[in-house]
Amino acid sequence: MVDANTRQKLFGTPETNFLNCSKGWKSWAFTLDHKRIGIMYLIGVTVALFLAGIFALVLRSHLFTFDSTMLSDDMYNQMFTLHGAVMVFSFIIPSIPAALGNIVLPMMLGAKDVAFPRMNLASFYLWIIGTGCLLGAILSGKGLDTGWTFYTPYSIDTNTGVIYATFGAFILGFSSIFTGLNFLVTVNTMRAKDQGWFKLPLFVWSLYATAIIQVLATPVLGITLLMLIAEKTLHIGIFDPKYGGDPVLFQHFFWFYSHPAVYIMILPAMGVISELISVYSQKRIFGYSFIAFSSVAIALLGFLVWGHHMFTSGQSLVVTLIFSAITFTVAIPSAVKVFNWLATLYKGSILLNTPMCYALSFIFLFGIGGLTGLFLGALSTDIHLHDTYFVVAHFHFVMVGGTLTALLGGVFHWWPKIWGRMYNDFLGRVGCFLVFSGFNLTFFPQFVMGSRGMPRRYASYDPEFQAFHQLSTVGAFVLGIGILLSFVVLVYAAFRGPRCSSNPFRAASLEWQSSSPPDFHNFIQTPVLTDPYDFESQVYDEELDTYIPREFANPDKVAPRKEPVHH
Amino acid sequence: MSEHNEDLPAFCHPVSTKLLFGVFFGLIGLTILTVATSALGTGLGMPPAFAFPLAMVIATIKAFLVCAFFMHMYWDKSFNVLAFLSSLLFVTLFIGMTMMDTGEYQPTIEAFDRNNLANVDVSE
Amino acid sequence: MAVADSHDTHDDHHDLYDHGEFIAHHFDSAEQQFDSGKLGIWLFLVTEILFFSGLFVAYTLYRTNHPEVFEQAHVFLNKYLGGLNTIVLLFSSLTMALGVRSAQLGRNKNCSVYILITMVCATMFLGVKAVEYSHKWDMGILVRSSFDLTYTHPTPTTEIGKSLHISDYLVYLCIVPALLFAGFVVASAISKLINKNMLAKFLMAMAITVSGYFLGVCIGIIFMSATDAETGSSHASVIAEQPLMLLASTQDDHSDGDHDEADHDKADHDKAAGDPSHDGEHSDNEEHFGAHPADGGEASFDDHHPDPSTLDRDIGIFFSIYYCMTGLHAIHIIGGIIALGWLYWRSLLGHWRTDYFGPVDYVGLYWHLVDLIWIYLFPLLYLID
Ligand code: HEM
Ligand SMILES: [Cu+2]
Repeated sequence: MVDANTRQKLFGTPETNFLNCSKGWKSWAFTLDHKRIGIMYLIGVTVALFLAGIFALVLRSHLFTFDSTMLSDDMYNQMFTLHGAVMVFSFIIPSIPAALGNIVLPMMLGAKDVAFPRMNLASFYLWIIGTGCLLGAILSGKGLDTGWTFYTPYSIDTNTGVIYATFGAFILGFSSIFTGLNFLVTVNTMRAKDQGWFKLPLFVWSLYATAIIQVLATPVLGITLLMLIAEKTLHIGIFDPKYGGDPVLFQHFFWFYSHPAVYIMILPAMGVISELISVYSQKRIFGYSFIAFSSVAIALLGFLVWGHHMFTSGQSLVVTLIFSAITFTVAIPSAVKVFNWLATLYKGSILLNTPMCYALSFIFLFGIGGLTGLFLGALSTDIHLHDTYFVVAHFHFVMVGGTLTALLGGVFHWWPKIWGRMYNDFLGRVGCFLVFSGFNLTFFPQFVMGSRGMPRRYASYDPEFQAFHQLSTVGAFVLGIGILLSFVVLVYAAFRGPRCSSNPFRAASLEWQSSSPPDFHNFIQTPVLTDPYDFESQVYDEELDTYIPREFANPDKVAPRKEPVHH
Repeated sequence: MSEHNEDLPAFCHPVSTKLLFGVFFGLIGLTILTVATSALGTGLGMPPAFAFPLAMVIATIKAFLVCAFFMHMYWDKSFNVLAFLSSLLFVTLFIGMTMMDTGEYQPTIEAFDRNNLANVDVSE
Repeated sequence: MAVADSHDTHDDHHDLYDHGEFIAHHFDSAEQQFDSGKLGIWLFLVTEILFFSGLFVAYTLYRTNHPEVFEQAHVFLNKYLGGLNTIVLLFSSLTMALGVRSAQLGRNKNCSVYILITMVCATMFLGVKAVEYSHKWDMGILVRSSFDLTYTHPTPTTEIGKSLHISDYLVYLCIVPALLFAGFVVASAISKLINKNMLAKFLMAMAITVSGYFLGVCIGIIFMSATDAETGSSHASVIAEQPLMLLASTQDDHSDGDHDEADHDKADHDKAAGDPSHDGEHSDNEEHFGAHPADGGEASFDDHHPDPSTLDRDIGIFFSIYYCMTGLHAIHIIGGIIALGWLYWRSLLGHWRTDYFGPVDYVGLYWHLVDLIWIYLFPLLYLID
């Protein structure tokens, strides 16, 4: 029990917060505050998303007709390479962990910051340098046409800007390692007093699992790219067949990182979804420990399946069989999560606001993406489907339908916390609808095309596929408009949205015990430890129009749950 | 053997100089041993197939000494030790799987080399 | 429940350390800070191991698939130089461990001395490596594409090289350290003049550190000439013992004798004729990279084939791996020296206390890891006959 003044101080709208406690560009450029770094990361990845998104729209426009001359074949190759490389290395890998995770993770632990704030800032600057080098491939006038995978021997023979781009990806790898290492240490040593592993929000578990992969797999990408650079400049003969090297070995190196990397992309998204589903159903998450351990299981199993990208590369049969078999097992923990989310929804009191709409889209789209992965993991079907649009559709369902959707959902969910202002829920949901329908329109036809043999990475195609491609192109623009609309809604909310309270949706994890926006030190006083999925622990406070932990409430005035209003 | 002094904070474990020097001389001894076996090994009647495993065993003993005492692992939190050692598991996985695969398709490459290099005219 | 004063004032440059002298603001206690740093450095070492793992994979694959190559390659590796370097590194590990101990006990002065010795060992290691590398380059033992045993560069052409009888490449490898040494000495003297005694002391220590490199070079040369005959690593004896590789090579007319002038001309000619992409990109000591008729240079796919003997080819790959591994390791040594220099400076400032010695401990762990990797590289690369 605390008095009304203290309640006001802890949960009311604060006069000073992390956004206005210091001013000027230097207070941002040299900040060590995880929330500010997270916001800068969010801006950075948004720029990368838009840039790579424009490349994608150019590609889709080109493909509108089968004999299009909009781009030359070379330009087409460069476009899809840059689209893929920027999306993967600069956008999707840092997106949820480094932007959202940075802001939320320390607060979920009741900590003041991540363990190594300077390293956190360094990670952001490495991201800038790395992205700069990646784009340096364009600025140098040479472009890049290897695909985001940099397969040898082509990457050695082409005289496009492979060295810039690989160096950029190398740097981006370190940026990612810094984030991961920081999170691992933060979760281990900075948890609130008595906050045991099983009192952590599932988002923390998923970030932890992601960080394990970042720390273990990313260095291998680093050495691979260095060796590729050495191969290209000095011809060391390890990957280049001309000098007795082994190009299939390069693929082993590359996928030893890059398959685990797809889990760097999806695990944080799954963590976000676990939070959203539970909060907006106001129901304890179903099967907490299953979801928690499935994240770790995915992270570890993810290291055992890289060869499923190499079924047609000349990889030997024995190894192919082993990889195929293990690939199926990865689907199990993924499915465990999906079933648990569905069980959580069952009989929940569901609030269909913007974040929840994204969460539900996620379950649907990730379901399709994951299931089609099994077709690709099965040898007999993969021989047919490999390097077709089926693969393209598969990974877009998991990466866009999964990760991007979860990112948007998460951003909407935590937006009021970050800015202290509410978004327009109606327009948010319209945006979500456009994203969902545009996405399906873009990528569903690609499954059909792929299964009928349309190969990926071609600038022109057989006329029989034109109708599918046209649907896809139209869908891409709808998707683009949806993302743009969400962006506008968010930016407007951040600056002009109506003020909102510290915990408008009755969430129970610790970050909601801070004011909105939070104080520079996150919490003005040490938060009381609550179970992140016990929503009964939060009670409504009429004076402040917000939910606060029972310990702080006025016992005479504990109101029943008030339906959160739609703004 | 870390001398724990009451005045020191709990996390501070200086290792005695005696132990450090002991480990150092052990390491030097092992280095000399490994060079000697490699230089004289076959002369002393050691089968050549033995030399390499022996060198690796010696290296591993040395690594163990460095880890345990120079790196204070012996006194460190078990979580740290586990984290460090787990990296070896992943390295083994990486080496194991790629080796299995390249070992399988090596004969194909060799056959290719034999057929092609035999016909190559390098005299320019 | 008392509410702590809200933090209204935050200056623009928020200082990481705003409570307690060496406890950053977001930590509750010295112990929490230490534990975080410690776990952090262990995880960093994990990333280092996985970083090196790629090269270990390459090594293991070539060793299992081409065991014969390793038997041929060992004649070029001087196991005594490798052993010497192992001992130097082990000794530096000892002094590092002693430095950590001193820091733990708050003995800053002892700590600085141990760190200085560690740095000197590190540069000595690099000096010995320089002797090894330059000797290999003299014999044309380079990475795969430039690997060419017919290449000889035994007679020094630079003035210093001639007077000291050392390889040109070794002279080139000494230029940067010599400049650094001179720079540190001058800077130290200037600091002394303007009464910045601490800085002068630090810079002097750096000069001493760099001089370790030259010590390493001297010892390396002595060791090399003492063990040369035995290991058969001189060029002529290799030719005599291992005709296999050389006969397989195409340039019979180049196979022996002192022809460095001719070779240069030829190399220059090739460069001008067929190798535009290399122009100006390489420093002097790499001038014959990619410029040999037999290696195909930058030529396109079909009009050039690499050497006919896969054995010769694979020895080139062995040395590619050798250079990658030892080169990456050397880069880590250089990084370590920089980190140690920072520790040295902080020891001079007397920063270490029984409850604050983390940085020394962490850099120490890193340093031991660099040693650990060498402990494996040594038998893998040098003891392979
Ligand atoms: C649920 C389990 C999953 C399974 C069983 C699976 C399986 C596969 C398989 C077998 C391939 C290779 C197809 C081929 O090239 O022929 C593939 C490609 C791919 N997958 Fe998945 N996948 C799964 C989840 C994911 C996730 C979560 C992501 C990313 C967020 C992802 C991203 C990708 C990407 C990017 C590619 C294509 C890489 C390229 O060639 O450029 N996958 N997947
Ligand atoms: Cu995969």
